[in-house]
This record gives sequence, C-alpha cells and structure tokens, in this order.
Amino acid sequence: MSFEVDIGLSVGGDRRRFRLDVAFGTAALRTVIYGPSGAGKSLTLQSLAGLQRPDRGRISFRGQVLFDADQRIDVPARDRGFGYLFQDYALFPQLNVRQNIAFGLHRGLRNPTTAAGGQAVERWLEALELYEVAAQRPSELSGGQRQRVALARALVAGPRALLLDEPFSALDPELRQRTRAELDRLLDRLGLPMVMITHDPEDIRWFGEQTLYLRDGGIAERPPATTTVDAAPRFGPR
Amino acid sequence: MLDASVWITLSLTLKVALWATGINLVLGTAVGWLLARRSFPGSELLEAILTLPFVLPPTVLGYYLLVVIGRQGWLGGWLHDTFGINLIFTWQGAVVAATLVAFPLVLRSARAAFEGVDPQLERAARVLGLGEWAVFFRVTLPMAWPGILAGTLLVFARSLGEFGATLMVAGSIPGKTQTLSIAVYEAVAAGQDSIANALVVITSVTCIVVLLVAGRLAPFGSRR
Repeated sequence: MSFEVDIGLSVGGDRRRFRLDVAFGTAALRTVIYGPSGAGKSLTLQSLAGLQRPDRGRISFRGQVLFDADQRIDVPARDRGFGYLFQDYALFPQLNVRQNIAFGLHRGLRNPTTAAGGQAVERWLEALELYEVAAQRPSELSGGQRQRVALARALVAGPRALLLDEPFSALDPELRQRTRAELDRLLDRLGLPMVMITHDPEDIRWFGEQTLYLRDGGIAERPPATTTVDAAPRFGPR
Repeated sequence: MLDASVWITLSLTLKVALWATGINLVLGTAVGWLLARRSFPGSELLEAILTLPFVLPPTVLGYYLLVVIGRQGWLGGWLHDTFGINLIFTWQGAVVAATLVAFPLVLRSARAAFEGVDPQLERAARVLGLGEWAVFFRVTLPMAWPGILAGTLLVFARSLGEFGATLMVAGSIPGKTQTLSIAVYEAVAAGQDSIANALVVITSVTCIVVLLVAGRLAPFGSRR
C-alpha cells in the first residue's frame, strides 16, 4: 500500500466553512480521486504533497510517516519527494522551458541559467519532445507543450510518486485523448505510483485502477449521483 | 554665480535621497511581503501607522521625529548615551526624515506587487524542493520586482524633494544639511533670484536625468 491517509481539515471563514474528513489507502499503483468541484479533491491532494496542513490525523507513504498531528510530524513539501502537476501547470513565466525543467535540480538562491542542462534535463526534453521550444518562455507555448513542460519538471528529479491535479482539464478535447494515452504509456514505463484528482469520468476509465469517490468533504460509497457524462458536471443543490 | 556651494548642495541632496531610497527598498520590501503574505494580529493597525506619513503634514511628522530621535527622545537619548550618535541637525537626520516620509510609497507598491504573485507558483517551488528563502528569492521577488522598482523610483523622487520634515529635523545648514528644495526656499526668501533660478534649473535637470536613467534601468511590464 502506498498512501495511507486519515485526515481532517477545515478551510474558510465563518460564513463559508468547509470541512474535509477523509480516510483511505491506495492499494493500486494508480489511484483516481473523483468528485465534483468543491468536494475537497484539491485539499486532499495538497495535503498529500505537504501544501496543506490538516488539523488532525495522519498521512504515510510506504510506511514513512509524512504527517501526524498527534506526534507533531509534518514533513515539509520540499522533502516529501513527490512530483506534482498543477491544474494550470504553474510554470514560472519569467523562465524558459529549460530553466523551468531544471528549476528543482538547482539549489541555492539563484535560478538556473537560460542554458541550464544536465543529463536529466536533456533526457526529458528529448522524451517529451520539447527540444525545439527549450529556449522559449511558457507564454510562447501551446497548451499541450505547457503541460509537457510541467510534466517534465515534475519528473526530472525522479520523484517517488506523481500527484496530478486535473491534468487534462486545460486541454481541448482532441488533445486530451492523445495526452491521456501518452501519460498512460509514460506511467507504465516508469512504474511510478500516481494519485490523480479529476471531475472527468473519462479519466477513471484510463487511470482508475482504484477509484475513490469524494463528495462534500468525505469519501462516498458509490459514484456521486450523476453518472451521465457532460463536460462540466455540477452536483447538488448549491 | 554657480559657485561650489551649489554643487555641494546638489551632491548632499543626492546623497540623502540615495540613502533614503536604499533603506526604503529593503524595509519596504520586507514589510510589504509581511503584510501581503502573513496575517497576524495587529497587521491592519501596523499598516495604518506605516501609511500615516502619507497623510500627515510633513511638519507634524518632523515634530514627531524631534520628539523621538531628539536628545530628549527615548530613541535619540538611547542612541546618544550608547553610541554617542546625534541625529538632529545632521545629514543622517535628513535621511531619517526623507526615509519616513517616502516609506508609504514603497510599502504600498511592494505590498500590491507581492499580492499579485500567484501563490500557486510558490507552492510549485516548494514541491520542487526549495526552502522558504529560495522560494522568496527565486520566485516571489523576481515576479514582484517591477512593482517594487516602480515604488522605489517614486521614493527617490519624493526624497529628492523632501522639505518640511527635513527642515525640522536637520535644519538648513549650508553645506551640511541644506538640501536643494530647502536652498531654493532660502534663496527666494532672501530675494536672491539668480541663485533661486540656478537651483530650480539644476533640480529640474536632475529629476529629468533620474527619470531617463530609471526608464533605461526598468523597462516596466512586458520585458521581465
């Protein structure tokens, strides 16, 4: 089992308060957390990465405790060794593709130079067909290229798991399908555990070796009520 | 007509303005970041107090300064007793006055600039293995820099022309604490029109040069 999670966490002020309470373990190499927006998917994923601090509970990965409220353990995000793919990619706009990919490999208080390289960087530029745009800034790239840069940046340091936040939602439908296939092959080759959060049922079909349904801040037994698929499903009375 | 004292006044003015700008750049960046990124009890009050120099008459500010850093003031007395430092009627006192008066300008710009930085980018940097200092210097500061620089230029211009608080704290000692704007006032008051004319022209030219240099140094917006 890779992740073992049992956490609770509250966000928001007095007027709009949201409580997340989830407990799950990931037995499969690929886990999809599925649910409508506002269900607490992002909070869950961010907690795994160390970007959110739960107010109770425990998170461990392959037996190593990453967070334990009672024992006051909270391994900082930088030491957890996970790759994280942000929904909007969060590429650094003032850095070129090379610098973005080399960003995490480079220690110290200064950013990598525009010609930054190294074996790992070259390998991922090659593997994800980014050589031609290596000197360009994120704003000059297409949506698909941006996503590949973000993926290369997340994978270049050899993470022990990959966390993906709605990885295909920013792509147009045609590209989405192709990118799913590419990621599928890549994950197979790397044998890397992944946790993906999504509100797109199609992602379950591709990656849902194990699927968790999240709803109103808790794990639901069955898929959320709506099973008919539309582009942006909305749930509940709100 | 343009005797040496005019150039001494100009260099003194630039010296005071540069020191005030440098101090404000560091302090304004630090406090601006604090107010933008950390919430703590009293943060709103702190910002209100630090913005006060923007709305208070400079003479009132000068009076406060006299009370605090004067020989009888708690800070001034301590500085004098501990280090033998006296700020009143010195160019360093003029720096303190100019710094305080212009501080809200850089604070506001820096705060707004930091608030404009997408926190998602900082999260991305943390996940990629960066410590908090590295996140600040490699992500936050570069993104906020154009806004901070814009505020810093305003600070420089404001310090260059500071009059009221400076006059009260540092006085108007020619060659020692008399800055350009004070020298202009003194010249006009004494009916020395030719000196006033020369000083006004020098001040204006200096400001234009500053703006031109600033334009070169900081191509705002698109490039960075």
